[in-house]
Amino acid sequence: MLFTSYSFIGFTGVLLSVYYLVPRRLQWIILLISSCVFYWVANPASLIYVSFTAFTIWGCAIMIDRDYGIQNEYIRLNKGTISKEDQKAFKARHKMIREIWTSFGIFLNIGILIVTKYFSFLAGLFTVQQNHFTDIIVPLGISFYTLQAVGYLIDVKRGTIKAEGNLFKMLLFVSFFPQVIQGPISRFSDLSVSLFGEHEPERKEINFALQRILWGYFKKLIVADRIAPAVITLVSDPAKYRGAYVIVALVLYTIELYADFTGGIDISIGVAGILGVKVTENFRRPYFSTSLKEYWRRWHITMSQWFREFVFYPVSTSKLVQGISKFARKHLGNRGKKVPVYFSSFIVWVATGLWHGANWTFIIWGMLNWLILTVSEELEPVYAAFHKKVGFSNSYGYKVFMCFRTILLICILNLFDCYSSVRDTISVLASIITETELGELFSDKMLTIGMSGLDYVIVLAGVFVMLAVSLIQEKGDVREYIWKMPYAIRFAIWFALFLSVLLIGAYGIGYDANQFIYNRF
Amino acid sequence: MEKLLEILKEMHPDVDFENETGLIDNMILDSFDIVTLITEISDNYDVTISAEHIVPENFNSVQALYALIKKLESED
Repeated sequence: MLFTSYSFIGFTGVLLSVYYLVPRRLQWIILLISSCVFYWVANPASLIYVSFTAFTIWGCAIMIDRDYGIQNEYIRLNKGTISKEDQKAFKARHKMIREIWTSFGIFLNIGILIVTKYFSFLAGLFTVQQNHFTDIIVPLGISFYTLQAVGYLIDVKRGTIKAEGNLFKMLLFVSFFPQVIQGPISRFSDLSVSLFGEHEPERKEINFALQRILWGYFKKLIVADRIAPAVITLVSDPAKYRGAYVIVALVLYTIELYADFTGGIDISIGVAGILGVKVTENFRRPYFSTSLKEYWRRWHITMSQWFREFVFYPVSTSKLVQGISKFARKHLGNRGKKVPVYFSSFIVWVATGLWHGANWTFIIWGMLNWLILTVSEELEPVYAAFHKKVGFSNSYGYKVFMCFRTILLICILNLFDCYSSVRDTISVLASIITETELGELFSDKMLTIGMSGLDYVIVLAGVFVMLAVSLIQEKGDVREYIWKMPYAIRFAIWFALFLSVLLIGAYGIGYDANQFIYNRF
Repeated sequence: MEKLLEILKEMHPDVDFENETGLIDNMILDSFDIVTLITEISDNYDVTISAEHIVPENFNSVQALYALIKKLESED
């Protein structure tokens, strides 16, 4: 059920009516049933997969919680009668038990993710023969809900949250349908209170949520889906579309990805919002970043947080990496200080690349991100000295220049999403330098790739609207700003947005552009 | 605590660590800083800070961080 389909709008409408009619204590059950229906409609097998994840993670978390209980009770009962050493040994034994349960839960669920999503890729590394694993169905949203479930289990193991006792609530936590397609990847502590809570229909909240959904449709249908046919055409034939075409492809794809992903998340957060559920924000004007490091603090925030909390920190503080660090400092002096950081972030970026897809293009994409971030980190003192020396580093113009520099880097990195092989990606990137004729950029040739002159004008207007909204958002909430306006102006703004989605949204132009890009990751 | 302040000041000479109480919340320390800091602490205080200790409450101020180090020292 696509977010942009009439069936989804109908589904959400029915849910909304029932949700606010039933006794409030039953609302979470309505959400659970809706989420199960959403999975069932997508593919019944997906419902089985997500239920398995919920069950195994729930079970392991309960066992961890029980172990905490046993440990604390023993210490309480024997306080003052056992030695500090005995207490320490007891705690260590129980910590081991909790780690076994955590590892078991992670092994089962990451195992399923690997089998369904990566087995074909891994098998291809070791054999040249056609393998049959491509037939395995990749369950709906598995990349997202697996990370969310594993994050929950680790949080329980760390003792930062208590285990959820109700299996069905756990199933709702991992399967909550607005998050299925492309996240965000929520933490249990952030989502659970409003997900399982009781909600009254609040006029302002529902208004804001509907506006957010409408804004998401604007980005998706007017900008992203209008660009999609051109991007599909341009990347479909790397031998034909080279030089100037690649420049157009990388600019269009970067706009499409932004409009598609942030638009999709707007719809997700908006749909959750009309149900009173607060979902974590996933973006903070990413294209206003002055560096790649800042970009990754603003783009797909919940994914970056997940990898930082559950991969980067555990790896960088592990005995192995701390040992490597000591070795590096012994032999490299102060320059060895950053070795654990670089080593761990390399692992994180390879994992992030793999999470996006089972292909070498994504692994190289991850490594390039790591390389740029590492070089930037090493050059930080040089930048600082430069900024101190020149007088304009705090000027608005220089910041705009840095934003464009970051966007250029992102455009190039994004191209690794588009082509099926690293060779093709490098070949087309090289063709920008060797084969570009600048005149072609503004020639009629660019009207033969799946976008008409009118499409370009609409996309350009859409980009300006998104830019204007982002500039206002840097200073405050746009909807609050509009909310304070007289009713007639408010109505005119939202009605104009609604009409523009209805009249100039890209519907059924003969391609399947409706699916969200991040759904394939 | 002086040693800890010295380590932090070496990382960010322009920050008023004595009075700052939002080192994480205000994004003064990023994840790279935190790991570098943990390595330094591990060398200077002979304690092991693991991933589960990396929460804003422990890293938002030099006082909170010092309290964590003392707690870990007493556990060893």
